[in-house]
Amino acid sequence: MSVASAIETKLTQAFAPERLVIEDQSHLHAGHAGHRPGGESHFRVELVSARFAGLNRVARQRLVYDVLAAELAGPIHALALKTLAPGE
Amino acid sequence: MTDNPVFDRIRQEVTDNDVVLFMKGTPVFPQCGFSAASVQVLSYLGVKFKGIDVLSDPSIRQGIKEFSNWPTIPQLYVKGEFIGGCDIMREMFESGELQQLLADKGVATTQAA
Repeated sequence: MSVASAIETKLTQAFAPERLVIEDQSHLHAGHAGHRPGGESHFRVELVSARFAGLNRVARQRLVYDVLAAELAGPIHALALKTLAPGE
Repeated sequence: MTDNPVFDRIRQEVTDNDVVLFMKGTPVFPQCGFSAASVQVLSYLGVKFKGIDVLSDPSIRQGIKEFSNWPTIPQLYVKGEFIGGCDIMREMFESGELQQLLADKGVATTQAA
């Protein structure tokens, strides 16, 4: 399974998101640290989920980091996050 | 003091310095786009900060992730409090919350909050 589809599966299960955008931005980092041929090293994720309601930014991102701990310890070099509750 | 000397060093840094950015590279030569963006925000606000290059110290690089319970770098501390990483800094800067937070904590900036 690709890294992107692993991210999608895990985030969908954990957050039942209203909106989930996963962009592989690895090509923007060609030649930089952590870049690998084939990409899937640098991602941008935008996630809208009711689970974020009432939580501050740090708490929201920690939830995402927990769900993606295996990927962050392995193939993901960089993960830019935008975490919103519905209506924000 | 704890039994973890790396945590002690980190705690010392964030206690001794009002604003600390744990980053890849130095403020003058950032080695990563996210660290560079974070430096840019602080520089734009005219905040005096200490940049700590985790690439030059593997024990800090691992230790800060555990200390903050945050798996990525850069990481911003203000007056000993963990504020967040690059995305959070950027969002807070754009909304004016970062300027407000610095003002509330009594950190001097050259930009009005």
